[in-house]
Amino acid sequence: MSSLLNAGRPPVFCPGCSHDRITHALDKAFLNLGFQGEDVVIVTDIGCSGLFDTFFNTHAFHGLHGRALTYATGLKMAHPELNVIVTMGDGGLGIGGAHILSACRRNLDLTLLVLNNFNFGMTGGQFSATTPLNAQVGSGFLNQMERPMDVCQVASSAGAPYAKRFSSYAKNLVEEIKNAIRFEGFSILDIWGICPGRYTKRNRLTPQIIEDALGKMPPIKNPVPENLRKEYGRHYRELAADQKPVQRPTTIERQFTPPEVGRKEVIILGSAGQRIITAGEILCLAGLSAGLQTTQKNEYNITVLRGHSITEVVLSPEEIGYTGIERPDVVLALSQEGVDRRRHIFENLDDQSLIIQGKEIDLPPCNAEVHLIDFKALKIKPHDRALASMGVIASLNRVIHLEMLESALKYRFKGSVLASAMNIVKQVKIG
Amino acid sequence: MGFCLMEGNEAMAWGAVDSGCRFFAGYPITPATTIFNALLKLLPPLGGVCLQGEDEIASIGYCLGASMGGLKVMTATSGPGISLYSEHISFAIGSEIPIVIVDVQRLGPSTGSATRGADGDIQFLRWGNSGGLPVIVLAPVDVKDCYSLTIEAFNLAEEFRCPVFIASNKEIAMTRENIDMDAFGMPSIISRPSPPPGRPFIPFEVSSGSKTPYFLPIGGRTIVRQTSSTHGPDGYITTDSDEIAGIQDRLKNKLLSAVAKFSFHESYLEEDADTLLLVYGITGRAGRDAYNVLKKAGKPFSLLILKTLWPVPEDLIREKAGHVNRVVVVEMNLGQYVREIERILPDKKIDFLGRMDGKLITPRQIEEVVSDV
Repeated sequence: MSSLLNAGRPPVFCPGCSHDRITHALDKAFLNLGFQGEDVVIVTDIGCSGLFDTFFNTHAFHGLHGRALTYATGLKMAHPELNVIVTMGDGGLGIGGAHILSACRRNLDLTLLVLNNFNFGMTGGQFSATTPLNAQVGSGFLNQMERPMDVCQVASSAGAPYAKRFSSYAKNLVEEIKNAIRFEGFSILDIWGICPGRYTKRNRLTPQIIEDALGKMPPIKNPVPENLRKEYGRHYRELAADQKPVQRPTTIERQFTPPEVGRKEVIILGSAGQRIITAGEILCLAGLSAGLQTTQKNEYNITVLRGHSITEVVLSPEEIGYTGIERPDVVLALSQEGVDRRRHIFENLDDQSLIIQGKEIDLPPCNAEVHLIDFKALKIKPHDRALASMGVIASLNRVIHLEMLESALKYRFKGSVLASAMNIVKQVKIG
Repeated sequence: MGFCLMEGNEAMAWGAVDSGCRFFAGYPITPATTIFNALLKLLPPLGGVCLQGEDEIASIGYCLGASMGGLKVMTATSGPGISLYSEHISFAIGSEIPIVIVDVQRLGPSTGSATRGADGDIQFLRWGNSGGLPVIVLAPVDVKDCYSLTIEAFNLAEEFRCPVFIASNKEIAMTRENIDMDAFGMPSIISRPSPPPGRPFIPFEVSSGSKTPYFLPIGGRTIVRQTSSTHGPDGYITTDSDEIAGIQDRLKNKLLSAVAKFSFHESYLEEDADTLLLVYGITGRAGRDAYNVLKKAGKPFSLLILKTLWPVPEDLIREKAGHVNRVVVVEMNLGQYVREIERILPDKKIDFLGRMDGKLITPRQIEEVVSDV
């Protein structure tokens, strides 16, 4: 077994950089684990830690700043058997904070090495999420007000089952990296090191100081007992195996002749929670049962159970272009806020148009034929009024007839819901 | 022959599955969420993966990882999410990572209106990347296009190793419509080609006569490098300006030189017409209605509905506009694609109608502007 280091591209870190030690320790860990280059992908972030992939003869993926864990996640889900090693600095840790938390919560089997040298090396020693308050940095006084974060505490709070901090100068560095790779689940290593190019130009930091500082940090038991659980990928595949395959959508064959000729437009003016969209869908399905083409355009606010809800349904023997409705053949006026939203359409209506009007709804003056229905007296609840109105227009043989409506209900609903729907559409007696 | 009832987003999910898509990641956003909902039901039972990212940047990042792992991938969002995708769109362009990106457009700017439609991202999709290299953008008109253009989008992403956008719109995506799924038949499916055996694999090398590198997945038995840095054929950083110029030129021309092969459109040309109406997306439907009305009224105009927006199918547009003196461009924005038409047809009179208030442009509005000579 030989080194996976890339002989043609030796590490090019600044003299004295602790990244160099980690590069060699990582290689030894691979060697001890018996990995070949194709068994491993090194996913790297931006900055000095972003050079790691070039020093190894392994699969390599070098992407954008802070996002290394996102690519690693996609790769691991695509290749569960692949050993996915991610390197990032304390810069990537900060900018990719959401991805760190998410990786901890998810527990996909990735190994993240945070090469923590307390500053942005490549761009001039600016402060990072781990820079001490009293450090001299390339960001002037700004670091004096932002508290450095403890990577391992954050990670374990977020659910990481393996979160360890140690020095780049630790005697058992290879062993530490190897253990993290071997761990089945997300492991995050906070590896403290020295940046001679920037940080130690203005700040005193030695392996001994690092060792002493690490000794004062709160201890974390590893693996983190309360965070031990199933690895995400394994768990995902288990749950996925239980999901039922989806059948291709079934088609509705033409069985009926529609009661009227030509393009017909129906607009339902209601409120969220009145099942306006479902009623529109039933109307479309009824149309399909008579071989009609159909569109259903909906308008509602992002709020649920509040605000207007409007559906515009077109049924036509020909292909439908414009999906909006300017002069509806049928208007269902089921809530005041729905009507108020489209007051302008009423002036377009003539005596050929039909309006089903809830008794308490105030309509603008118009020339249409109006059927006033006292839903409350009939004990029809607001969420059933749109469907009940479908029964009314079908009874009047406007746009659809009862057979079309019943076939749509049978397609859309099953069991007790179907029985109840069949009942609702018969609730309003016409004539 | 029967129909089923489906919204555009659901048709896209089926198109993706039928294209061989086995990885989707997205972040919830109206009006794109129902693509995620549909694929969450469709993919896992097929052995595929559907993930909800912690944000849009992560969602597309997962997709780029999975795509380099060899899977066909898709993500879907709307304006606010496309904005966050930007850095990864640039990555996918420069590092030739196949991905289908759906933008179900909603009224902007910014958070805008989640449940109102618009075509306001048309220039943003083209230029919302660093470096400004070309991208492919397809625009569906109806639920049928949502299915079939999704398949085209996957095929193009695979063939050219690039991001392919589908510029949908709330008014197509969340409008239900009849569709005959059986009418499409078995789609022809393209997958990224593997290199011929017997030679060492060089990740970004192109064989003579080709402008797109062969693909091998990260995680296979051959070592593969991917990088967002400016790279040579070997996938390592290069600073050689001749080499860099050559690669940029190839990235540009692999799409520009091929657009004639994927200039999707519908056209209805009237010999005696003096005006060509040029529309795309949902407005294509109002355009068709206006065309039928004025033709019946004895005042015909010609109609071109573009379904490939980028790269601009310039030859096609010049050809279709050859017989007219005037081109009317109608868009659900305040004037975006019309800039391209003005650029490529400098000798024609170009008129514009736009609307950006969450409402559809009506056939009547189009009839008026077309007739208003």
